[in-house]
Amino acid sequence: MTALAVEALSKEFGGVHAVADLSFAVTPGTIHSIIGPNGAGKTTLFNLITGLYRPTAGRIVLDGENVAGLAPYKLAAKGLSRTFQNLQIFFNMTALENVLVGMHLRLDRRLAPAVLRLAGARRREAQARDEAAELLRFVGLGDYVTADSASMPYGALKRLEIARALALRPRLLLLDEPAAGLNINETAEIDELIRKIGETGVTVVLVEHDMRLVMGISDHILVLDNGRKLGEGNAEQVRADPKVIAAYLGAAALGRNDAAKGG
Amino acid sequence: MIAWLANPRTGGLLVLAAIIAVLPLALPNNFYFDVAVRAGLNAIVCVGLNLLIGYAGQISLGHAGFLGLGAYASAVLTAHYGWNPYAAMGVGAIAVGVLAFAVGRPILRLRGHYLAMATLGLGIIISIAANTEDDYTGGPDGMTVPPLTVFGTELYGERIWYWIVGALVVVSVWLALNLVASPVGRALRSVHGSEVAAEVSGVDTARYKVLVFVISAVFASVAGSLGAHYGGFITPVDVGFIKSIELVTMVVLGGMASTYGAVVGAAILTALPQVLTWLQDYEHLAFGLILMLVMIFMPRGLIPSLGSAFRHLFIDRPETQST
Repeated sequence: MTALAVEALSKEFGGVHAVADLSFAVTPGTIHSIIGPNGAGKTTLFNLITGLYRPTAGRIVLDGENVAGLAPYKLAAKGLSRTFQNLQIFFNMTALENVLVGMHLRLDRRLAPAVLRLAGARRREAQARDEAAELLRFVGLGDYVTADSASMPYGALKRLEIARALALRPRLLLLDEPAAGLNINETAEIDELIRKIGETGVTVVLVEHDMRLVMGISDHILVLDNGRKLGEGNAEQVRADPKVIAAYLGAAALGRNDAAKGG
Repeated sequence: MIAWLANPRTGGLLVLAAIIAVLPLALPNNFYFDVAVRAGLNAIVCVGLNLLIGYAGQISLGHAGFLGLGAYASAVLTAHYGWNPYAAMGVGAIAVGVLAFAVGRPILRLRGHYLAMATLGLGIIISIAANTEDDYTGGPDGMTVPPLTVFGTELYGERIWYWIVGALVVVSVWLALNLVASPVGRALRSVHGSEVAAEVSGVDTARYKVLVFVISAVFASVAGSLGAHYGGFITPVDVGFIKSIELVTMVVLGGMASTYGAVVGAAILTALPQVLTWLQDYEHLAFGLILMLVMIFMPRGLIPSLGSAFRHLFIDRPETQST
């Protein structure tokens, strides 16, 4: 049983193979990381899985069904959710409203009860707001429930994206560099948060450059280079893989990498 | 009670209703009542248009066309075919909704401002039809429209219309505020905020863009029907391209994504030319200058800019910004 299977997936941009003949499977309930140098095709892969790009070839199988090329909102209905490397916050709304948009598919979307503000709609709205506030507290944004998203600091916005993605109650959550741009303390908090999310049973697919975070948290790691699979396995196996060391980690030892990150 | 007043939805609505209730005391004669009625009708259109422009971030340059279709549907069906005016209004609104859907559906699947171009063309076509189909519309000379009746009584006069339009403004604002604060309204706003994020959150962005386009067109159609009955006479100029631009300007001036802003923008831009008549030859110059100054110093529009200035002065002051 796999939560997500990618089979012989390819994406070409005018002759450039951003993702080339890539296959891997994600086990349900695990944290599955995808690493690789810049331009390895990690974000392209995320955009393919979430339907923002249409694959040139190959299959994306979600719970036994090929979903390649399906519109993003339809994939969301199948329990797929994601965050973005370059923030995609609804800056015209409050933090709470951002999370409420994430709950969109679970809320009453009929027009008439909404515009007439019927008692049922009011009650459901109040419940939804409570749940959204609860989610904000879960990701550590309890202080920002009423805040305008445009006035929130960068680190809080990264968490807001996670809260919004969780609001969908996803089965599969794709996190695109959740720790990018964060300091070492904030990164530790994100590490904690991803573990907490994993414990709730959500399958997490993580793209991240912070090696300490990836190596510590991942059940399985997939290494990409030039859109192709370079290697995969658990942290130990990836660390020991000579191809990975040569192409991605270079000659630098992991320990020294971490020291540089901390400074 | 205090929370009820402090809430922008309920409190603002109460203030709006109070202003509409008290305003007649300050209106010296029927001429001013007429300006107020026209401002109110524009406000209804702008409340709908603001849902499209301000909240969903889509621009229509042809809303006078929808207003015109409503107006001419009411005029032609009641004058030539003897229809009940409410049936004519309803059929006009449904026809406009269907037309908006047919135009919006293919165009709003695309990202970007294609809607502006399409509606520009649509508005011009409707205006040309009003000019040339003179068997039905009276052509450029316009046509008379029978009055609206309530329980057999014909509605004439600025004062009675003031209360009708005033009540409808309050109702439109209430409907719009409810919509904005609902899951549907948030979906619309998410389209404006980030279309990509909206899609991955499960929002069918194309569908919601079409929905709000249809809603705003129907608002315009109903206001057009009412305006035709109120004025008793319509011409193609009332529903032309310039009128479309005026409506967009009202929304932008009052403040995008502010329902009260749409009302204020409509009121100011309807009343301002009347207030400036003493300038005679310089009237248009002053009008343009006022618009430019507002947009330069309050680029977000009157209500959002004044609102945040107010909050900054009276509410946020004790806090010191850390960043």
